[in-house]
Amino acid sequence: MGLIAPLVPRLQEIFAERIVASHSDCGDETIVIRRDDALDTFRALRDRPEFAFEFLMDETCVDRLGETPRFEVVCHLASLTHGHRLRVKVGIPEEDPVMPSLVPVWKSANWLEREAWDMFGIRFDGHPDLRRILLYDSFVGHPLRKDYPVNKRQPIVSERDPIATDWKFS
Amino acid sequence: MTTARRAPLPAEIDPTEEIMEIQMGPSHPASHGTIKFNLKLDGEVVVDCDVEVGYLHRAFEKMAEQGTWTQVIPYTDRLNYASPLINNVAYALAVEKLLGIEVPPRCQYIRVIMSEISRLTDHETCLGMAATELGAMTVGFLLNEARELMYDIVEAVTGARLTVTYTRIGGVTNDFPPDVADRIAAALTHTRALIADCDKLLTRNRIFFDRMRAVGVLSQADAISYGVTGPMLRSTGVNYDVRKAYPYSSYDHFEFDVPLGSTGDNYDRFMVRMAEMEQSMRIIEQALRNLPDGPVRISDPRITLPDKRQVYGNIEGLMNHFKLIMEGIKVPRGEVYHAVEGANGELGFFIVSDGSGRPYRVRVRPPCFVAMGALGQMLKGGMIADIVPTFGMLNMIGGECDR
Repeated sequence: MGLIAPLVPRLQEIFAERIVASHSDCGDETIVIRRDDALDTFRALRDRPEFAFEFLMDETCVDRLGETPRFEVVCHLASLTHGHRLRVKVGIPEEDPVMPSLVPVWKSANWLEREAWDMFGIRFDGHPDLRRILLYDSFVGHPLRKDYPVNKRQPIVSERDPIATDWKFS
Repeated sequence: MTTARRAPLPAEIDPTEEIMEIQMGPSHPASHGTIKFNLKLDGEVVVDCDVEVGYLHRAFEKMAEQGTWTQVIPYTDRLNYASPLINNVAYALAVEKLLGIEVPPRCQYIRVIMSEISRLTDHETCLGMAATELGAMTVGFLLNEARELMYDIVEAVTGARLTVTYTRIGGVTNDFPPDVADRIAAALTHTRALIADCDKLLTRNRIFFDRMRAVGVLSQADAISYGVTGPMLRSTGVNYDVRKAYPYSSYDHFEFDVPLGSTGDNYDRFMVRMAEMEQSMRIIEQALRNLPDGPVRISDPRITLPDKRQVYGNIEGLMNHFKLIMEGIKVPRGEVYHAVEGANGELGFFIVSDGSGRPYRVRVRPPCFVAMGALGQMLKGGMIADIVPTFGMLNMIGGECDR
C-alpha cells in the first residue's frame, strides 16, 4: 500500500489529552487512551475520514499483574481505505474491571468481548449479551489471569438440563 | 366388544403455528466440527439462532505461556489443523518481528511454498466436505485425493502430515529434499485435473447452484463490521488480502490475482475458493522456479540451534545448544502484532514479551472465530437445510475457533 505517514502525531493533534501514551515499536503504531471517553475516541477513529478504521480486527486483554493499572484491553484496528493499522490500548484497574463495550461501533466486538470476559473477567459496559463463550457457565474464575494456576481443577458440574436452560437469543 | 372411545383432546396449539426451539449439535453428522446451534424455528424457517462454540477449547493461550518461545510452535499446528503450516509461519514471523530479524531469502520462499500448499489443502478440505454434505460425494472423494497429493509433499518435506512443526524462530527445520520440485510439479498437474473435474461436476450443477446461490448472504457492510476476512470477505467484493495489503515473507515477489465475488452468498464463497486454489498453484510454481540458494535459517547463536556436529564436537556448541533448549530464546521486552493471510482470513498473532525466555502473552486472532460471530445473522431467515452449506462455506475449524 505504499508509504503511510505516521499516524501517532496526527492522532495526538486531534485527540490531545485523551491519549495517555504512545509508541511505535517494531513499526506497530500504538496509542493508550483514557477509559472514560474511550467509546467516543473509538467512534471518532472509525468515522473520521482521515482515519476510517472500518475493521476491529481483534480485541483482547493482557494481565500485567503487579503493575497499575493491572489490565490492558488491546484493540487492533485496520483501515481498508487507507491501509493503515493502529493498536489502541485502554488501561483497566483491578478493583474496577469495567470497559465500555465497543459493540455499538463494531459488531465484531460482540464475540471478542465475550471472550475477554470469559478469560479475564473484564466487564464490558453496554454489551448486549455478556455470557461466557469458550468455557461453560459454571466455570469458576477467569483462566487467562496471571493469578489463575495452570493446573487448577474445576468442580465437576452436573449435566446441563437442555429443557430448563434459558437460551438467550440475540 | 366395546369400542373404547378416545377422550377428546384438549384444545391444542397447532404445531405448524408454534415457534419451536431445537438444538442442532454439538455432534451432528452434517456439521464437520463440534458446534451447537440453538435454533428457534417457525416450521422450517430459522427465526433465530444462537451459535455455541467452545467444545474444543484446549487453553492454547494459557499453555503458550508455560514454555519457551520455541515450545509454542507445536501448539500452533493444532490451531487450524487443515493448514498447520500457515500457523507455524504466522507465529514464527510474529516472534521474528519482535526480535527484529529477517530470515534468509530461501527460507522465505520455502515458507511461501509451504503456506500455499497448506492453503490448497485447506480449501480442498472445505470444498470437499461442503460438497459431500450436499450429497456430491464424488467431489468429496476427488478433493480428498487432491489433498492427499499435497499431504504427501508435506510429509516428504516436514516428516509429518498434520503435526508438522516445520518452522523455527529464525528459519525452518530443514531444507527441501532434492526431488521436491519434480514431485510438486507432478502433484500440481494431477491436482489441476482433479479440480477441473470438480468444476465440471459442481459449478454449473443445477442442484448445487440452487442450494448455494442467494443462501447465507452477508452484506459487504456487515462483513466489514463483523470483522470477517479471507474468502468470505472477498466473496462480498472487498479486495482485502493480507498477502497484497501487507506483504510478508516475499509475497510481493510473486504475481497472483485476488479473486473477488459480488453477492456474498455461498456460491460466491465457493467460487472464490475455487479460483484461489489456482492462484496458490501459480505462486508455488513461481516460487519453485526462482527458489534462491542459501541457508534456510539465520545463523545467530542466540536464536538458532548450532549444527549437530558442533553440539557433539565441542563444548561451546554443546553449551549453546543446552542454553537455547533450557532457557529459550531471550525475546526482548515489547509487544507485536503480525498478521498473515490464513486460509480462512487474517490470522494474527499478538505477542507480549517481558524479556524473560518465556512468552508473557500469546494471543491468536483466529479468522474463523470472528467469522462465526456473524453466522447467527447469516442463518436467520433461511431454511434449516441451509445451515449445512452456510456453515460448510464458513469453514470453521474447531481447533482454531475454540483454541
